[in-house]
Amino acid sequence: MALLEVNGIHTYYGNIHALKGVSFEVDTGEIIALIGSNGAGKTTTLRTISGLMTPREGSVNYDGEVISNTRADMLVSKGISMVPEGRGVFAKLTVEENLDMGAYIRRDGAIKEDLKGAFSLFPRLQERRKQVAGTLSGGEQQMLAIARALMSKPRLLLLDEPSMGLAPVLVDGVFETVQRIANEGVTILLVEQNAHMALQIADRGYVLQSGEVAISDTAANLQKNETVKKTYLGID
Amino acid sequence: MFKWKTDEFSWVDFTIDVLRVLIVLAVVVGAWNTLSSGRISLAQWVNLFAAGLSQGSIYALIALGYTLVYGILLMINFAHGEVFMAGAFTTVFFAEALNRTGFLNEQPLLAILLMIVFAGLVSMTVAILLERIAYRPLRGSPRLVPLITAIGASFFLQYTFRGLYGSGFKAYPGVKALQGAFSIGGINIPVAQVFVFCSALILMLCLYWLVERSRIGKAMRAVSENKEVARLMGIDIDWVIMFTFGVGGFLAGSAGVINGLFRPQGVNFYMGFIPGIKAFTAAVLGGIGNIPGAMLGGLFLGVIEAIGPNLVLAGLGIPGANQLKDVIAFTMLVLVLIFRPQGILGERLSEQKA
Repeated sequence: MALLEVNGIHTYYGNIHALKGVSFEVDTGEIIALIGSNGAGKTTTLRTISGLMTPREGSVNYDGEVISNTRADMLVSKGISMVPEGRGVFAKLTVEENLDMGAYIRRDGAIKEDLKGAFSLFPRLQERRKQVAGTLSGGEQQMLAIARALMSKPRLLLLDEPSMGLAPVLVDGVFETVQRIANEGVTILLVEQNAHMALQIADRGYVLQSGEVAISDTAANLQKNETVKKTYLGID
Repeated sequence: MFKWKTDEFSWVDFTIDVLRVLIVLAVVVGAWNTLSSGRISLAQWVNLFAAGLSQGSIYALIALGYTLVYGILLMINFAHGEVFMAGAFTTVFFAEALNRTGFLNEQPLLAILLMIVFAGLVSMTVAILLERIAYRPLRGSPRLVPLITAIGASFFLQYTFRGLYGSGFKAYPGVKALQGAFSIGGINIPVAQVFVFCSALILMLCLYWLVERSRIGKAMRAVSENKEVARLMGIDIDWVIMFTFGVGGFLAGSAGVINGLFRPQGVNFYMGFIPGIKAFTAAVLGGIGNIPGAMLGGLFLGVIEAIGPNLVLAGLGIPGANQLKDVIAFTMLVLVLIFRPQGILGERLSEQKA
């Protein structure tokens, strides 16, 4: 059984019909890429799964349970964690406090150890642990946002455009990190405009177009697909 | 400072500059006259300053409630003065009971602590109910709506408490331990003032620890910065907002007891109005939404109110200057709003927050 099943969800912003029946599945241990152009509904899909938005029709099932009407803050303790678009670090909180917030739902004693784990994954954050997050560079903020999302020990990690706004040299690093997190056993749903990079690490991918799934296939096949090549990979 | 030299001439800028000059002139002339006349001795200045500090620490405690709520919801809770009244007024009966049994004078410290906690809990309850019933259903509506509701809630609370306890004044019983004065180098500082200042200081340190160090305090700061991301961390923002109202209420209630023990004129259902507005002034003065700002703004307002009339107004030959401290306080509010709307410690408000 799939870890996450999205069944024909319709989500609206007021009267704007953003998702028109999106369906897909994510199996445990997979990396799934959602690609598509601006306004295709990638972010809306993630916001609906994470509970920030409620679909008007359709349902989201996670681990055999319908979660489409569950509040975002309740989903974190079920094991869903999201790195929001634009990173969303708390600029006035220190790096360490941001990480503490990531572990907000946890009461176990292993938080300190996981903090060390986060710092070994991102040594830059350790150097800046007492600094407020607003003073970090874009790349460091992205590291912080990912490290913070991992502090809740998620089973499913939702990543919204982790490479956005980063210098090209940093983009490789971000995708390497995502791969490493997946190797630790975390299931990943990755939304990306950088389809090229996303499909290199993904197992399977879905192409969203105007609020609908247009193509779904394995990542390897998508890389060879003519439409995908033309539209999203910029290869003629 | 003089903008018309560089930009196009503007009557608004011109008027503001003239106002600036006039204010500086009034303060300098008034202060010069008073100081050169030597009407008030150094000891009296110190006394005024101490009285101002203790009054100011009460303002600061109330102001923290405004600033905490503003920080998290960008909303001015204009019923906060009534939250202060609720604790102060209710605790009068508790204080009378403690006095009748003699406990108040046998164990003054413990009794006062009990009263502070009691009043804090009463005000906390009122603040939480206020948030739950009056404000939460309006979250997400235009910002004018909860503001008007707050004014309505303020009247509702005033007349509810009038209905409960009557419209007369009730005075807190005198505590022997708070009478008398410390004498330092010929200057007498009343014990009550020292008590007010110290208890307010302790409460503010507790708040500072709560906000800066505790898990819930970090969550409060996270929610105030970005509610959506806070939810993604698993933070129940409704609970955090309720907690924030509760903390603000607790501080206001304890300020009510401290105020009641310190000032003899008694409490009634209308007592929250003026301190509420003064504390709002203090919060704006320090920079609304800024916690150290509210503390500093409160103390500053208290001191200005105590010293200002004697120093400036009396020096300008205005009769009965001592009764004009409200004029000073609200003039400060207007001046801050004109010249430094972000307050002493505040950052310049972004479009979204303004």
